[in-house]
Amino acid sequence: MVIDAKNKQFNELNRDIWLSNTEGKIVNCLGQRFIAAGLKDKSIEIEGTPGNALGAYLNGASIFVNGNAQDAVGDTMNEGTIVIHGNVGDAAGYAMRGGEIYVAGNAGYRVGIHMKEYKEKKPVIVIGGRVGSFLGEYLAGGRIVVLGTNRDDKPLVGSFPCAGMHGGKIFLYGDISAIIFPSHVHTKVATTTDWKEIEPYVTRFCEFFGFDKNRFIPDNFTVVTPDGANPYKQLYVAN
Amino acid sequence: MNPLDYVVPHFEVIRNFDRCTNCRACERQCANDAHFFDPKTQTMQCDDSKCVNCQRCVCTCPTHALKIVENDASFRRNANWSGEAITEIYKQASSGGVLLSSMGNPTSNPVYWDRLLINASQVTNPSIDPLREPMETRVFLGKKPSETVRNPDGTLNTDLPPQLELETPVMFSAMSYGSISYNAHESLARASRELGVFYNTGEGGLHEDFYKYGANTIVQVASGRFGVHEDYLNVGAAIEIKMGQGAKPGIGGHLPGAKIVGDVSRTRMIPEGSDAISPAPHHDVYSIEDLRQLVFSLKEATRYQKPIIVKVAAVHNIAAIASGVARSGADIIALDGYRGGTGAAPTRIRDNVGIPIELALAAVDKRLRDEGIRNNVSIVVGGSIRNSADVVKAIALGADACYIGTAALLALGCRLCRTCSSGKCNWGIATQRPELVKRLNPDIGCKRLVNLLTAWRREIMELMGGMGINSIEALRGNRLMLRGVNLNEKELEILGVLHAGE
Amino acid sequence: MLKEGEVRIPSGCAIAAMISTEGNLMTGEKIVKCMVPMHDRSNGLGGGFAAYGIYPEYKDFYAFHVFFDSHDARLECEKFLKEGFEIVKSEDVPIRKIPEITDVPIIWRYFVSPMSSVLSRLQLDDREFVSRCVTKLNTKFDGVYVFSSGKNMGTFKAVGFPEDVGRFYRLEEYQGYAWTAHGRYPTNTPGWWGGAHPFSLLDYSVVHNGEISSYDANRRFIEMFGYHCSLQTDTEVIAYIADYLLRRRQLSLQEMAWIVSAPFWSVLDRPNTREAEQIAYLRKVFPSLLLTGPFSIVLGFTGGIMALNDRAKLRSMVVAEKDDVHFVASEEAAIRAIEPDAENVYAPIGGEPIIFRVKEGAF
Repeated sequence: MVIDAKNKQFNELNRDIWLSNTEGKIVNCLGQRFIAAGLKDKSIEIEGTPGNALGAYLNGASIFVNGNAQDAVGDTMNEGTIVIHGNVGDAAGYAMRGGEIYVAGNAGYRVGIHMKEYKEKKPVIVIGGRVGSFLGEYLAGGRIVVLGTNRDDKPLVGSFPCAGMHGGKIFLYGDISAIIFPSHVHTKVATTTDWKEIEPYVTRFCEFFGFDKNRFIPDNFTVVTPDGANPYKQLYVAN
Repeated sequence: MNPLDYVVPHFEVIRNFDRCTNCRACERQCANDAHFFDPKTQTMQCDDSKCVNCQRCVCTCPTHALKIVENDASFRRNANWSGEAITEIYKQASSGGVLLSSMGNPTSNPVYWDRLLINASQVTNPSIDPLREPMETRVFLGKKPSETVRNPDGTLNTDLPPQLELETPVMFSAMSYGSISYNAHESLARASRELGVFYNTGEGGLHEDFYKYGANTIVQVASGRFGVHEDYLNVGAAIEIKMGQGAKPGIGGHLPGAKIVGDVSRTRMIPEGSDAISPAPHHDVYSIEDLRQLVFSLKEATRYQKPIIVKVAAVHNIAAIASGVARSGADIIALDGYRGGTGAAPTRIRDNVGIPIELALAAVDKRLRDEGIRNNVSIVVGGSIRNSADVVKAIALGADACYIGTAALLALGCRLCRTCSSGKCNWGIATQRPELVKRLNPDIGCKRLVNLLTAWRREIMELMGGMGINSIEALRGNRLMLRGVNLNEKELEILGVLHAGE
Repeated sequence: MLKEGEVRIPSGCAIAAMISTEGNLMTGEKIVKCMVPMHDRSNGLGGGFAAYGIYPEYKDFYAFHVFFDSHDARLECEKFLKEGFEIVKSEDVPIRKIPEITDVPIIWRYFVSPMSSVLSRLQLDDREFVSRCVTKLNTKFDGVYVFSSGKNMGTFKAVGFPEDVGRFYRLEEYQGYAWTAHGRYPTNTPGWWGGAHPFSLLDYSVVHNGEISSYDANRRFIEMFGYHCSLQTDTEVIAYIADYLLRRRQLSLQEMAWIVSAPFWSVLDRPNTREAEQIAYLRKVFPSLLLTGPFSIVLGFTGGIMALNDRAKLRSMVVAEKDDVHFVASEEAAIRAIEPDAENVYAPIGGEPIIFRVKEGAF
């Protein structure tokens, strides 16, 4: 079912999506926010530029965007898949607790901040290009993978990555010597076990965007993890 | 111990040895291990430095042999450097830590509620008997439509934006499962259902056992987004976006890993033992237009079935902020004053940041009316509402309803010892230790909360009857029913009330 | 001493009204006589009348009745009026000098019509424009008070007992199809004529008895919509509420009654009827327009009147009829004074609107 988004307000567009069959395609999308918010079990393809908070609270549905997306993609997402054949804006995957986000190109500031995991629920974000500052701020769980496939002489990661990170793992591909990490995180070269952890996601990334999986050499990944689980304990004194 | 690190105990436990039977009940009751039996002297002794004055031992001693007093060992009198100010320096010099306090701001700044007096009818119109004549305290919180829409047959189209219906204009404010116990939450949930009001999950998610109280639950979405998922959003009667808290405006929250155990971990959906950090801002709200985005993302996700509350701390520019919030799709604004409670907040922030709720409420209500948008939102205020008279004054200043937190905890047994952050609450409220939690019986807790609000409701009705008002909506914003005492002209101007005698 | 509007002054009162549903014209003599038996419900500090159908030759023009403190104030006012209105007639309101009425201000009337060019520039309908101009004159111009501004109707009021006020204004010389009357018993007053009742805006006039306890809640709500309660009286705020609900929100008189004199929830919760649903809706949407405390009012408007008590019926009010004429008064004796054979005397229950309309085409 094709939904023409032209001149539609976001609430009208979402209503059409609720009423659509399990597979839908939105054409002429231009800035409508909250597309598929909280959606459970549909698959939606989008032509055009979706607005902010695409797939907020997503709960199992799949979203494919043939282009760029804006800010707050997958905000507080719980389950499902979001695939962006372009770049995304700031705060992608904020407070995500499950599901997967794949971005072919670059991502803005604050990717995956405050993602968290619980038992079998582990959110994953894979960014094909580079990312902005504050990557994985307050990270409490889940996996963020930054592949840097389109290095354009700009840094793979912006400033202040991992501020307040206290859980989860970040995987960075290639040279990380220019990145300044805070003292409360560890960096090390990925082991085979680490690689196994992200291999299925890298594989899916390659399938979605037509990359050759073999271009990613496991040894070239750096794994960033927090140092100690309660980094803030010593900051306070009871009064 | 280095004598430099020694801090004179704040309290002194006084035991009447004539009455003490060495039953050791005090020892069993004290999670702080203040009491112990000395085999040498065959008497009960006490380490005063561990006592927090929670009064648990005093209340449970079968022979009433105990009392706790402020330690009179003091520094040389100094009007500038109080004993507390000096002690705080020692603590910081010793630890390098940020001072962390619990519960609301205890400083002696003016309590404006106490400077407002309520009117009563004499001669020119009648007071009303609240016991025998109808007296209405029901309120509806939510946006009111500004257009009249009629059906084809000429009748009114009665579709309304979602509203919260309260039988008494008082709700229990946000206190997360984690900061308070399972039994405390159960008490609040059950009491809300019985009273026809609402309690608030705080930002810790909603325990699966309490989904059945969803119709009386406000679910909170805070910057940490703990436990926020589709079922959670849909089970509540309303969704509250927590932008700020009166006790600690501008900063986030931090539940230490030690409290993330068992069900708390499951409810928050984070692993046991990991810190639960709520960032200072919502990282998807850096500007007022972003708030609109968050509000509508929640409305879309819940199909416009739930009113959205935006809770903000009362800060300097609160009137303009509230106006912005009212234009951002919020159905209800919750204002939290600087005396509001907290499980833990940096002392300096709690005691020095924010403004009194009375002034914030008066300013916000006036601004929204001046701009003609007061009907777009309801206003709920908290941040030290202590009794039914405070509620009546708040409503007369312009609030639709009040939030109470500390008062509810006091009803559950809290002695306001202000050490919630230790997690060793002997009353079973601010703790996750099973042996302490079970001390709070939810049957009794529920009953006491119901008693409290039932009594308040009666008092509100008596006060309204005295004013000749038989419905709470005629009191809302009715500032002529208030007069000020001990207030300067500026304060009267901001509160929008006349001085007593005028 | 503070002027009316600078301080809130509670009042008790007497009210009365009469209307011919056939549209037959009646002189003002009867309504003045009607107030006499209720003399003790007033204390000489205010009396007034509203009359409908009295200016048939100028029925397409707004009739402004204005008090001026000085001739300068009048000139200022006229300057302002000329910017937005065509003034077709400007004259003294005829009075009879009597010893009971003193401190008489300049009492003037204008028959005016808003200029269509001004209306189209401001994108306002004529009633909204007139209402805004009246508010402006009454709040921004010193020594000017417009106390009547409807079409083919007029309000007459003064400091004094109502029967004296009636003689003073020579009401026996006017003929109207509906009359309302008011005798005022304020607790205190500096004796300002504008403070007497009825209070009117456009063709809405209100006479009212009682002191409502919800006043400031109502005032602060209604002032959001451009009204300014310059007199701080219940009557004024009720008139604005009527204008807001009936003209601006397009509600019916019954719906207005359901709002200002709303049935108790305990009554509404019981029957799950369509009507109960409508009333509950109105209570939820307009909680701040509920009037609590005692009141009985008569709202006059073009072609009719509505009498209404508060929902707990804390004031007395009776209605009666004789042939085509219907009467409303605080006391039955008032009606009997002018119509000894009045029939169907009835005391409306709290919140029950009693609406009389002149038959279609007869006004």
